[in-house]
Amino acid sequence: MKTAGRTLLLVVLIVAAAGPWLAPNPPNRQFDAYLYAPPTHLHGTYFYPLRVINRLERRFEEDRSRPVRVRWFGRRLVSSADGREPLLLLGADAYGRDIFSRLLYGTRASLGVAILATLITLIIGAVIGGVAGFAGGTVDELLSRFSDFILVLPAIYVVLALRAVMPLVLPAAEVFALLVSIFALAGWPVVARGVRGIVASERERDYVAAGRAAGAGPVRLLTVHVMPAARGYLATQATLLLPAFILAEATLSYVGLGFPSSVPTWGTMLYDASNVALVGDAPWMLAPAAAIFVVVLAVNLVVQGSGRSPVQFQK
Amino acid sequence: MARFLLRRLLFALFLIVAVSSCALLLTRLAPGDLTAELGPRARAVDIARTRERFDLDQSPLSQLGGWAVRAVRFDFGDSFLYDRPVGGLIRRAAGNTAVLAAAALILATLVGIPLGIFTGSRAGTLASFVRGASLVFLSVPPLLTSLVLVFLASRTGWLPSGGMTSAQAIDAGWGAWIVDVAKHLPLPALALALPLAATFERLQAQAISETIHQPFIAAAVARGVAWRRLLLDHAWRASLRSMCAIYGLAIGALLSGSFVVEYVTAWPGLGRLMYEALRARDIYLVAGCAAMGAVFVAVGSVVADLLLFAADPRVREGA
Repeated sequence: MKTAGRTLLLVVLIVAAAGPWLAPNPPNRQFDAYLYAPPTHLHGTYFYPLRVINRLERRFEEDRSRPVRVRWFGRRLVSSADGREPLLLLGADAYGRDIFSRLLYGTRASLGVAILATLITLIIGAVIGGVAGFAGGTVDELLSRFSDFILVLPAIYVVLALRAVMPLVLPAAEVFALLVSIFALAGWPVVARGVRGIVASERERDYVAAGRAAGAGPVRLLTVHVMPAARGYLATQATLLLPAFILAEATLSYVGLGFPSSVPTWGTMLYDASNVALVGDAPWMLAPAAAIFVVVLAVNLVVQGSGRSPVQFQK
Repeated sequence: MARFLLRRLLFALFLIVAVSSCALLLTRLAPGDLTAELGPRARAVDIARTRERFDLDQSPLSQLGGWAVRAVRFDFGDSFLYDRPVGGLIRRAAGNTAVLAAAALILATLVGIPLGIFTGSRAGTLASFVRGASLVFLSVPPLLTSLVLVFLASRTGWLPSGGMTSAQAIDAGWGAWIVDVAKHLPLPALALALPLAATFERLQAQAISETIHQPFIAAAVARGVAWRRLLLDHAWRASLRSMCAIYGLAIGALLSGSFVVEYVTAWPGLGRLMYEALRARDIYLVAGCAAMGAVFVAVGSVVADLLLFAADPRVREGA
């Protein structure tokens, strides 16, 4: 189970890294004749291009009379040999953009935000929790009360409110930075509370007293000696935060408060698919939902396989 | 008991005041205000009048103070978007969210808890199958379940794919209205309940399998207590303590989940209203929604405490 989860995660990471090579088309290229086109069937070395039968009903037909050759292992893994007829493995969206290629590029943005936010959350949480637990007294009291207050609130509303009070339309790079900081702001109290508990109990142990007697300062004691005790806890938290942040990006982008729709991410692609009438006839537009499912499932498999539970009692 | 309740109520009050004040100040200090909704060609007079109506010409703190004084008398200001008092809007939306959340919670409990008792106490093919299924549903959060269910609904036509009422049912009298809402409810409720049921199943299984290995269960087996009674009267009762804590947290999951589900399935609840209000910088509506959300959270945590009180004699005697 653990191996299966790890393999899945590895595949997703490779896809994210090699996305531009694996994708048959550039993510933002619009094929005007292919709005809402269904997936093209690839027959080894060639495929039949699609021809519009009825633009209004979005009906297409394979043009059997002229097969188009594909090029394998060129500048891209596989792509149409002629530049005009595109290879659309998962169909095209409302602008005639290749959904499969956007999905691969989207992996980078979605995972990028989530991974970076997870790292920063863990660092902030560990620092604040560590200081609170090690210092004790008023500092501890203040920090703990503050993080408890944030913890009571449903996280998505905290994220939503923080995002909504920023300018609604921003360039992609700024959105990236903004989302990462908002996720970290909303996420650190969970980590801090756990780390605080661990550090506060470790502080009383003999090795800390020994370290202090040997002349180690509080910073050295905390970072070198006490913190390693929280390593396992931080690893567990990472497996909870990563799926949560992937989902938060998807949710924000889906409701139009995340990335601009020109940037392919799993969330913006779900937003493109949000037209109900359309999705009924075009299930491939839900591909990003499947991608999110795969990543979350992979993380859960790893967690479950290592003898822990993906859901936990919180005290 | 009385002191305990008083403390919880004070905390609830603090939560509501703090959350709504934060929401109001955040909205006020955000770039742009609700006059942007008037359009780029609005006359300066109209903009000034609107700003005055929503106290945007005052300083943020005096606006907060004025709002708080009126809120104590249950006057929560007007909504700019709906051009109506906020109080009525929030009551309706909160009612809708409560119906949705309650339906989902009941569904998740009825499915998740029995399955959890089953998988936690038994090994075998069926139990592993349930475990596997729940691991899958844990990985489909409400955003995905609601999208997939809406897709299925629009494909099959078995259920209406969005909204809370059809246009025809609005004037057709109470009976027809309730039937119509009951038709619209299963989809969002299911979307919200599926991941929650999986969570309940996992936690209940964990709690039961931990309890089963306790000495008091071995003692009961030795006394010859029947397996069924052992499981339900002894093991499950003892596992209730940890499960009660979960119900307090479930309110947070329900509120977070219901925002997404309401958005995807067009259920006119609090989450949707809050989203619209935030986007338009409709300041008093934001504050009102935040206050109502805080009420939900506070009620949830008080209910969880009371449940714990009922389930665990140690807590009862300790308080």
